[in-house]
Amino acid sequence: MNEQEARMAVNAAIGKVAPDVDMADVGEDSRLRQDLELDSLDFLRLVETIDTDTGVNIPERDYPAVATVKGLIAYLAAHG
Amino acid sequence: MGDFLMPSLGADMDHGKLVEWLVKPGDYVRRGDLVAVVDTDKTIMDVESFQEGVVADLLVGVGETVPVGTPLARITQTPAETGPPAHEAPGRAAGKAAFSKTAAPNAVAPKAPETAAPKEAGIIAPPVRHLAHRLGVDTAQIHGTGKGGAITRADVEHALAAGPGNRIRSSPRARRLAAELGVELATITGTGPQGAVTEADVHRAAVGKAEALVPEIRAPVPPALPNGTPEEPVKPSEARERVASLRRAIGALMSRSKKTIPHYYLSTTLDLRAAVDWMQSANDQRPVAARLVPSALLLKATALAAREVPEVNGFYGDGGFRPSTSVHLGVAVALRQGGLVAPAIHDADTLPVEVLMEQLRDLVSRARAGRLQRAEMADPTITVTNLGDLGVESVYGVIYPPQVAMVGFGRVMEQPWAQDGMLGVRHAVIATLSADHRVSDGLRGGRFLARIEELLQKPEEL
Repeated sequence: MNEQEARMAVNAAIGKVAPDVDMADVGEDSRLRQDLELDSLDFLRLVETIDTDTGVNIPERDYPAVATVKGLIAYLAAHG
Repeated sequence: MGDFLMPSLGADMDHGKLVEWLVKPGDYVRRGDLVAVVDTDKTIMDVESFQEGVVADLLVGVGETVPVGTPLARITQTPAETGPPAHEAPGRAAGKAAFSKTAAPNAVAPKAPETAAPKEAGIIAPPVRHLAHRLGVDTAQIHGTGKGGAITRADVEHALAAGPGNRIRSSPRARRLAAELGVELATITGTGPQGAVTEADVHRAAVGKAEALVPEIRAPVPPALPNGTPEEPVKPSEARERVASLRRAIGALMSRSKKTIPHYYLSTTLDLRAAVDWMQSANDQRPVAARLVPSALLLKATALAAREVPEVNGFYGDGGFRPSTSVHLGVAVALRQGGLVAPAIHDADTLPVEVLMEQLRDLVSRARAGRLQRAEMADPTITVTNLGDLGVESVYGVIYPPQVAMVGFGRVMEQPWAQDGMLGVRHAVIATLSADHRVSDGLRGGRFLARIEELLQKPEEL
C-alpha cells in the first residue's frame, strides 16, 4: 500500500469510528487519543476497522507506533 | 388487567409516536419484555412491559402520536381473561372511548399527565381528590365523566376497580419526590410492597429520564441530505436547547445527590502487572474483534467485589438501604458531543470477561447511537466511571441517587513500584470510591477497593 492509499484508509476508518470528526481539520500530527478523543473502545474499533478494510492486523505491542494519524499512515504504508 | 401506557422518556416529552409493535395480540409478555418502539421526536427507544400477561388488544396503531399516559395496549393477567370483559361499568366505558379519541394526533386530548401533580390532570372536587388520594388512585389517569369533564366519585371508584393499571400505590414522600423531579408516577414500575412505587423507584426513573435526553444530542449529526426537506435536519438552536436541557437534568440530579447523600471518598493505587500481562498474552492469541481492554477486567473485578461487599451495591430510599442481590454495573459513557449516560451491564458479576467485553462494546456503541433500553438506564445498582481513557490519573464521581456508590478508574500507566525492597516498573491505576456514609464507612469501602485489587491479581479467574 502506498502512502496515499494508507492515508485514505486511515481517513475512512476514523470517519467510521468518530463520524463527528472533520478530517479536513485533522493534522497528521494529531494524537488519536488525546486530540481526537478516542477512548480505548474507539481505538479498538479503529484497529478492527483497519484490519477488516485493509487486512493489516496491528498487534497490541505496536500500539505506541500508531498513536498519531501520521504514525498510523506510516504503519499501514509499511505493512499493507 | 392493566394497560400498557405511553411512558414519559424525557423531561420535555408530552407525547410520543409509536413506531413499531414488538408484540401482537395473544402474545405472552413478562415484566421487562420489550413491547414497543417509541419515537419522542428526538430519540427512539425500546420500551418494555411493566406487567406480566397476555396482550389482549393493541389500542394504538403504528405511526400514531399520542399523549404520555395514553394506554397503548391492554394486557390481561391470564389467558382466560383475554376476551373483552362481559360487562363494563358505563363510566369506565366512556373513559375508554375518550382515550381512543385522544389517539388521533390532532384530537383535543384531556390534559395529559405531565407531572405527578394530580391536581393538574383535570377538574376534580377536593373531596373526590381526597378519596382518590386515600385509595391510591392516580387521578391523572382518570377521564372524568362529570360536568365539563370533572372527575366524579364514581370515576375514582371505577378506576380503583379497574385494577393496577390505574392504581398507583406510592408513599406521599415518593409522590412529593416525583413532583419535585418531574417524573410521572404512572410510568414507574413499583418495586415496593404490592408493587408500590418507592422513593428509590422515583430516583431511578429520574435518572432514566435524564439519560433519555442524552441520545438526543447525537441527533444533530443526521445523514447529510442536501435535498432533504428543510424541517428534517435538526436545527443548531434545537440541538443547543437539548444540550441545555440535558445539562439541567444532570444538574438537578447531581445537586440532589450532593444535598442528600453524605459522600465519603477513598482512593488506592491498584497493581495491574498481572492483569495487563495476562491481557496482553491473551490478546496476542485473539483476532482484533475479540481483544480485551483493561476496562473489561476492571469492570469484572468491580462487579465481583460489589457482590461481596453489599453495602456498596443497591438503593437507598424510603426506610433506608436495600442491598441488591444482583450486580447491575452502570458504566458511565462519555458521548462524543458532550454529556454522558450510565447504562447498566446486567448481572455483570456472572459474565465471563469475554462476554462482559462484548456487552461493554455493544452498550457503548448503542449509547452513542441513542438506542438504549429503558431498563439499561434505570437498573444500575452501582456505577463505574472510567475517565482514565481520556488522560486523568484519578476521578472522584458523584453518586447517582438512589445508588450508594460510584467507582472511578483513572489512566492505566506505568509507574515505579517498590516491593520487597526492590524497585520495578509496573502498570497501575488509581481506583477511587465515592460512597454513601448512611450505608457504609471507610472500613467497608476500603475493603471493597482492596477486594478489587486482590481479584485483579488472578486475572485468569475473572
